[in-house]
Amino acid sequence: MNGKLANLCWESKEDNLVRLNKYIIYTTGPVISIILSLVIGGVLIAVIGQDPFEVYIKLFGETLGNTYGIGQVLFKATPLILTGLSVAFAFRAGLFNIGAEGQLTVGAFASAWAGFTFVSLPWIILIPLCVLAGFLAGAFWAGIAGYLKARFGSHEVINTIMLNFIALAVVSYLVNNVYMVPATIHTPEISPNAVLLRFDIITGLFKGSPFNLSFIIALAACFVIYFLIQKTPFGYRIKTLGFNANAAEYAKMNVKKLTISAMAITGGLAGLGGLNFVNGYKHYFELGFSENAGYVGIAVALIARNNPFAIVVIAVFFGILEYGGLTVNTLVPKEIVTILQGVIILLIITFTKIFDKKIKLKKA
Amino acid sequence: MQELLTITFVLQTLRITIPYLLPSLGAVYSEKGGVVNIALEGILLSGAFAAAAGTYYTGNVLFGILCGVIAGILISLIHSIITITFKANQIVSGIALNIFAFGFTKFFCKILFGSSSNSERIPGLETLNLPFNPFLLICVLILAVTYFVIYKTKFGLRLRAVGENPEAADSLGINVNSIRYIGVLISGALGGLGGAWLAMDQHSFTDGMSAGRGYIALAAMIIGKWNPLGAAAACLLFGLAESFTLQFQDSGIPTQFIQLLPYVLTIIVLAGFIGKANPPAADGIPYDKKD
Repeated sequence: MNGKLANLCWESKEDNLVRLNKYIIYTTGPVISIILSLVIGGVLIAVIGQDPFEVYIKLFGETLGNTYGIGQVLFKATPLILTGLSVAFAFRAGLFNIGAEGQLTVGAFASAWAGFTFVSLPWIILIPLCVLAGFLAGAFWAGIAGYLKARFGSHEVINTIMLNFIALAVVSYLVNNVYMVPATIHTPEISPNAVLLRFDIITGLFKGSPFNLSFIIALAACFVIYFLIQKTPFGYRIKTLGFNANAAEYAKMNVKKLTISAMAITGGLAGLGGLNFVNGYKHYFELGFSENAGYVGIAVALIARNNPFAIVVIAVFFGILEYGGLTVNTLVPKEIVTILQGVIILLIITFTKIFDKKIKLKKA
Repeated sequence: MQELLTITFVLQTLRITIPYLLPSLGAVYSEKGGVVNIALEGILLSGAFAAAAGTYYTGNVLFGILCGVIAGILISLIHSIITITFKANQIVSGIALNIFAFGFTKFFCKILFGSSSNSERIPGLETLNLPFNPFLLICVLILAVTYFVIYKTKFGLRLRAVGENPEAADSLGINVNSIRYIGVLISGALGGLGGAWLAMDQHSFTDGMSAGRGYIALAAMIIGKWNPLGAAAACLLFGLAESFTLQFQDSGIPTQFIQLLPYVLTIIVLAGFIGKANPPAADGIPYDKKD
């Protein structure tokens, strides 16, 4: 299963025509799926007696029609870029990370913890510390699944799912029983020196939206991962592992060590996703902040075919849906976008299968 | 110790166990046939919602339960079409269906009841606190039937065959896909029934009321080593642990540590510390017939 998923991923060394063809096929499935899901959503909207066109015009108009809306969309997209990248990196290594949700949760808590514990540090040290804390916590959490796979051969799919719930229970204990500020449901506020500034404060643009500097961190992560995978020996080993674990073994690669480090990087990326909410928006940690970003990240990675730059585009699209739901809430329940998300994923995995089969048949 | 032996404690434990047991037995049907059904979480949720809505509009509890079962079957039908017919990834399909069910139930809760977080009060089942409530007996019966069907019938043999070695089963003339469809649909029916129980027990639907039970059911099935009796024992263990924390809320054990018990146990079992975990060999792998 994982080998096949890794095979779908984006490759760099192909001639341009083949590449163009591939891109056309790779985008056709998602485009059809998105259109079809909007149609299905439209039918639902019509069923409850609203005008689908009015709803969709409002949804896209209020998200993309003004800078506040765009800021909100990019804010929502930021954690999705990181969780999408996390899942995509795992796919490249032939691993399936369903644990981004848990890694995101422990990462966000760790970033907050660093921010409210080392309050006296100057920003130039404290901000990197928060970033590092989020990365390391996520890396440790996914590293457990990596270790279990390397040491006992137990499958990372089930283990990362289980670790999601364990993360939730552990962090819930830490928040509720150890760090909670009385009469609230969140941790203490982080030091002002740990705050990732909002773009509206820095530039005056995106007035009023919580869009903040963690977006830059997410973009930087995409570049780093692209570079790591395409240009370094480590990336080459990761790809080899993803294509064929046995081949990696024959090539005298340390598959166990590689598996653990791949899982750790995967988890670290998801762990960074908490910065957006904690250091960029609320300045404290509270449960339920993630809004399923870890699971939606799986969809982002699949649709983007694990390409780091396509991930940004797809994350922004999901950002439009997430914020768009809030803008149309007066016309239809905002859960319409949750339904759309689910339907899009279902259609895309189905169409991908159909199209990939066509490609295979052509080749044969 | 005395407090543990009261009838209330026993009933409370069983009450908590039922919504783990039903989807867990469902998961056995699905996975024995080779299809991982993570969608059970969404199936429980849809079952609960349909049961609440059905009961609310007809006033008939049995009709409500039937609605719950049908909702579960419908979600699992989508899962089967996508993963068996189109052979798409089973895990991703399950997660997508869970997201879908979460949104869908909230959406229609808002439309039908004016609030996206809870439904109106429904009659539900008043017999739940009686020592011999029918639902409980039905659950025990389902457990026995499941064991019998999987290990003693022709269908069970075929189900296990398509989960272990679909190529071999196919060469013997067994229709792999239709057997797998039946397995997944049964799991949907049982999951839907579990969801109906949740709504009946609480006398309403609340958003996200499955609260991870679908995943715990999967965990129980793994801990029970893909055996219905093992799964039932694991469910009972989780029910006991949870009931214990409810009974002794000031015992000093944080509830979170009881909550993570099923998940930690699953990881330990998968790592092979407690005997060997032997999932069906073709579990999770779509069957692609080579022409």
